[in-house]
Amino acid sequence: MAEQSMRRKIRATELMNKIMSDYFYGLHEAATTGKRKVAWCTSVGPAELLRAMGFAVHFPENHGAMLGSTRMSTEFIPVANASGYSPDICSYLTADIGSWMKKITPLTKAYPGIDSVPKPDVLVYNTNQCRDVQDWFSWYSKELGVPAIGISSPKNVNEVTEGQIDDVTRQIEALIPTLEGITGNKLDMDRLRDTVALSKECSELWRKVLETAMASPSPLTFFDGTIQMGPAVCLRGTQEAIDYYKVLLAELEERIDAGVAAVEGESLRIYWEGMPVWGRLRQNSELFATLRTTVLASTYCSSWIFPSFDAKDPIRSMAKAYLELFIVRSDAYKEQYIKGMLEKYRIDGIIYHDAKTCPYNSNNRYGLPQRVEAATGIPSLVLSGDLNDLRCVSDEQTKTNIVAFVEQLQERK
Amino acid sequence: MRAASTNTSSAFVGLDMGSSRSKVVVIDQSGRLLGHAVRKSGIDFSKTARLCLDTALAMAGAEFGDIAHAIATGYGRGNVGFVTDANKTEIGCLARGGHHFFPEAITVIDIGGQDNKVIKVGAEGQRLGFKMNRKCAAGTGAFLEEMSARLDVSLEEMNDLARAAREMIKLGSYCTVFSATEVLESIRHGKPVSDIVKGIFYSMIRRVLEMDSLTERVVMTGGVVEHNVYMVEMTAEIIGRSVLLCEHPQLVGAMGAALYARDEHLSASAATETQSNRGE
Repeated sequence: MAEQSMRRKIRATELMNKIMSDYFYGLHEAATTGKRKVAWCTSVGPAELLRAMGFAVHFPENHGAMLGSTRMSTEFIPVANASGYSPDICSYLTADIGSWMKKITPLTKAYPGIDSVPKPDVLVYNTNQCRDVQDWFSWYSKELGVPAIGISSPKNVNEVTEGQIDDVTRQIEALIPTLEGITGNKLDMDRLRDTVALSKECSELWRKVLETAMASPSPLTFFDGTIQMGPAVCLRGTQEAIDYYKVLLAELEERIDAGVAAVEGESLRIYWEGMPVWGRLRQNSELFATLRTTVLASTYCSSWIFPSFDAKDPIRSMAKAYLELFIVRSDAYKEQYIKGMLEKYRIDGIIYHDAKTCPYNSNNRYGLPQRVEAATGIPSLVLSGDLNDLRCVSDEQTKTNIVAFVEQLQERK
Repeated sequence: MRAASTNTSSAFVGLDMGSSRSKVVVIDQSGRLLGHAVRKSGIDFSKTARLCLDTALAMAGAEFGDIAHAIATGYGRGNVGFVTDANKTEIGCLARGGHHFFPEAITVIDIGGQDNKVIKVGAEGQRLGFKMNRKCAAGTGAFLEEMSARLDVSLEEMNDLARAAREMIKLGSYCTVFSATEVLESIRHGKPVSDIVKGIFYSMIRRVLEMDSLTERVVMTGGVVEHNVYMVEMTAEIIGRSVLLCEHPQLVGAMGAALYARDEHLSASAATETQSNRGE
């Protein structure tokens, strides 16, 4: 059987491509005509606030992922390295800055007529992702002469405390005067409430989409998820994202009703912890499909579920939602979270991606795999690689590791 | 290939197509080693596999047509389609082969040409987990080859040189290139070659031991330990207990592949027989 035929394509993707296209052309129009101000925002930065204030919002991490999945990152990372940005730091950052230096973007090929990422009027970060996002935006701030403002989040959060929520709430509020100065308009709290309500609905639908993978066989894979999350990342707080996930959810529920598997003959269920290897999505997806193994749930895709958004208390609930992000949390919390996911999705084995340039998303480095395996008996595998820097990826070693892991799991069945 | 013959004189073949060396074994139904061959893998895996196979079959007194089933493993396992389209990872084959020689709960340490593996195997032969070295070559056979060239001594001489050492230099780096620099520094300071070689052995063992914890019983496999038994003795000293070694440590992966071939053939034959008895 041909490898490709074992993976089923999602029909709704065509619609997603259309709304993502509209989004990027909208950004381009905002940046080139000046009709709307453009804000760059980290992936779990205060996008709700920016959107409510009328900004067109660009997410550089999304651009980083595009550079990775097109493998253009391999051309641009060395450019940033040569300018003083180490090969050991975030390869989203190095790929994106290198791309800017070379004046080339994958957006041009995907969306003819777009010759650049949208030039920003303001850069807004939240260090809940990592400190690198602040350094990343600082570079652009100097390069383009626009302000970089943001939120400094605590790290290693076990239980999110009221004090931490107070702190981040104040930091979000402190952004508002600067942003109002850029747009020339006061923040409309009703509009913010509406935006938070839309984000909440998007988040709930995205959760339902991911939870369809609880079915056996699973109707979607982690690799599908990394593509389907586009609207949850770039368009949360909009009606378009909500409308899309309703369509996607209906298709996946239809698959469940009909017993249709994302991977034909699913015999093993795998959890993926860590970043995707963007430049190897297809290869990895096909490899697992030929092994009749479904990688079906992940921390990564689940990180865009924000249960705490609350339109009644928008700013404070944003603060809480951003603080509850997995990446900000303590190892003790992460261990409990992963154990819960293994049980929820009835997982046979867990793969940790040790991404060379992303320590914050490489949760294998402080003994977590050993602790989880000892507690659950579920075998684990650590894959050395990277999200964007393919110099850190050995295809043959990756393949041997994955095939041997699947052999090991099959022997247990 | 899977021949129709199920007679007890059938030969089962395992081919371990490593990045550095290709190993082929021929066994009988009882798992007895009848023939074997090892060659440099070179650039034509298919040709090397055939040459090894011919040698191993000749040693076994068997012919190509006697092969009931064959399985390939190792880096070049996909390149020997002329004899088999079935393959297993070297990790599975090392576990299978290691447990064949030492049927108890073991940790297999394999030092290969390009990578190292630490594989945990349960008492019943079930795989419990494994680790492969990260991207760096330090601690692998490739590292030893690099150092052999730097010191201008052959690979064959290294075991005796290490054993003759009075002292040992220390190599601190993960990196093969940095380690080579450290070796050059020792040469520059006039350290005896034997002390340098022993230091290289020690460094390789450290790189492997830091990959994973070990269980009580430890088995070492691979060409590096087959040709450098002193490294096994050093490992035993470092971990404070004896290390198990079979007669041909380099052939353990190929043996595992051959045993898988035998098992698959026998279960396929048993299934055919059951169907015949049912008149299906």
